[in-house]
Amino acid sequence: MNRDLSRRTKLVLYGVLLVLAIPFVFPTWWMVTSSLKPVADIFAFPPQLLPTNPRFDAYQRVFELQPFGQQYLNSLYIALVVTVGTMAVAALAGYAFARIRFRGQNVLFLVVLAGLLIPSEVTIVPLFQMFFKLGLVDTHWPLILVPIFGAPSVLATFIMRQFFISLPGELEEAARVDGLGRFATFWRIALPLSRPALGAVAIFTFLHSWNLYLEPIVFLSSPEKFTLPQALTQFVDAYGGPMWDVQMAAASMTALPVLVVFVIAQKQFVEGLAHTGLKG
Amino acid sequence: MTQTDTRVGPAAAGPAPGPARPFWTSRRRDQLAGYLFIAPQLLGSIVFVILPLILVLWYSLHEWNVLAGTFDFVGTDNYKALADDPNLGAVLRATGLFSVGLVVFNLGLALLLAVLLNQRLRGTIVFRTLFFSPVVVSLVAWTIVWGFLLQDNGGVNGLLDTVGVDGPNWLRGEGTAMVSVIVVQVFKNVGLNMVLFLAALQGVPAELYEAAEVDGASRMRQFWRITVPLISPTILLTSIITVVGSLQVFAQIAVLTQGGPGTSTTVLVYYLYQQAFQFHHFGYGATLSIVLFAIVLALTVLQWQMRKRWVFHES
Repeated sequence: MNRDLSRRTKLVLYGVLLVLAIPFVFPTWWMVTSSLKPVADIFAFPPQLLPTNPRFDAYQRVFELQPFGQQYLNSLYIALVVTVGTMAVAALAGYAFARIRFRGQNVLFLVVLAGLLIPSEVTIVPLFQMFFKLGLVDTHWPLILVPIFGAPSVLATFIMRQFFISLPGELEEAARVDGLGRFATFWRIALPLSRPALGAVAIFTFLHSWNLYLEPIVFLSSPEKFTLPQALTQFVDAYGGPMWDVQMAAASMTALPVLVVFVIAQKQFVEGLAHTGLKG
Repeated sequence: MTQTDTRVGPAAAGPAPGPARPFWTSRRRDQLAGYLFIAPQLLGSIVFVILPLILVLWYSLHEWNVLAGTFDFVGTDNYKALADDPNLGAVLRATGLFSVGLVVFNLGLALLLAVLLNQRLRGTIVFRTLFFSPVVVSLVAWTIVWGFLLQDNGGVNGLLDTVGVDGPNWLRGEGTAMVSVIVVQVFKNVGLNMVLFLAALQGVPAELYEAAEVDGASRMRQFWRITVPLISPTILLTSIITVVGSLQVFAQIAVLTQGGPGTSTTVLVYYLYQQAFQFHHFGYGATLSIVLFAIVLALTVLQWQMRKRWVFHES
């Protein structure tokens, strides 16, 4: 529908877009500005769009009420390990399913694909039991191993396979004529070419791990092992009521790393997303 | 493939009779590489997906008391309990409402935004970023902020008040809690579907519209007769992703409503969590997991069957 529009149509469209943007933008704006206000001002009416005298003491209290620094590091390192691990597992498997012929390939691919059909929520009870028997409850192992090797990485493997299928075969053929083995061909030829798909996988995986909530609250019980989503809901006063300014400060800090990742990799993210969508 | 095989490694060149031929031909090496490459994912799938699925079936046939340390085979008792569970109807209803509401609102809004952003306008990239931005805000953070905005004296009612409307207590009302949870979730993730739709729209050839224009077809008619059929594969993909995702919703419910008021927002995964991990009814939790699996499976099969009917393939 790429046709030129009249001036009036354009104005109407801008108006519609601006109104539609409010519920997308306002909550984030409100989160950040509220974190800088005293509690009384958060509930002020009419609402203050900007804090009258911004202050940072809510940010300080975040760290006093909980081992928030530790929790932050927990989330960061879990997300990073899971992202790198998933990229490795998915790239290898995706490449093999796309480019190598071996016996039983189709059956094995179906076994792996089952992970797409079986959400991790279905298997949370037995997974809990497995890790309980191994003595790994209240450790980070379940939050690392299951996403890297289990159901969440299957989508990544699928995305990588679709990408490798679309790669022209000549480059690889040439590499193999030159005597490169399979792994070298994968590592030196195919993998560097798959950067868009890898980028999309990386960002998806990071986001998924960063947002994980059910698994942490099932597996973790010590506050110093908590991840951020779990920690965010713990800022309550003696009566169980939320401490809004502190929650908003903590929530704002949670958004930061993802924002940084997104700003750096936005192009790749959107392209990768569009790419995988078209392939589907 | 075979051509390269015969060139790589001297052993593969020619028929090479006799015992001199090494066992590791390049063909065999290739096979081995294939198995090694998929091993981590395959073993992971077996240990963390297939095995737990079998175990969950097995557990659902047991009464499992964690505190007493008992694990007794009870046959289909859990399934009978399921049929008699007074909450099950409400839970399935809440799950269904959430899924339907989410899919309709999410796909509708995503398509609307994509069509708007596909117009010849300046600044569409800015708007695209704005609509996409909640995707990068952490889920629980986003949910907490909305929980705050939807309070009785929160920002949404404050806004309504300025136009003279007395808003309800959104998260505490039987009728409004579910709507609120759906809306919060839609604004969080609609950007993903929007981007997928935008990519699909950009793949629709402009000549088709030009031809339709010449024929005097209205914009609406062009949308339904050209746009929708041509992007139907993407509509199928996004609807599968959205439906399956909607069945997995948990954090939003746990943070916003804890399943309430009453059981009006107790969706299946939240109920499963309550039964297994709050009340320690692991056997019953496993039974609910089977219900969840059956629903996901049925929906996926259904959507797959339906694709023949409404997905248009350009060929």
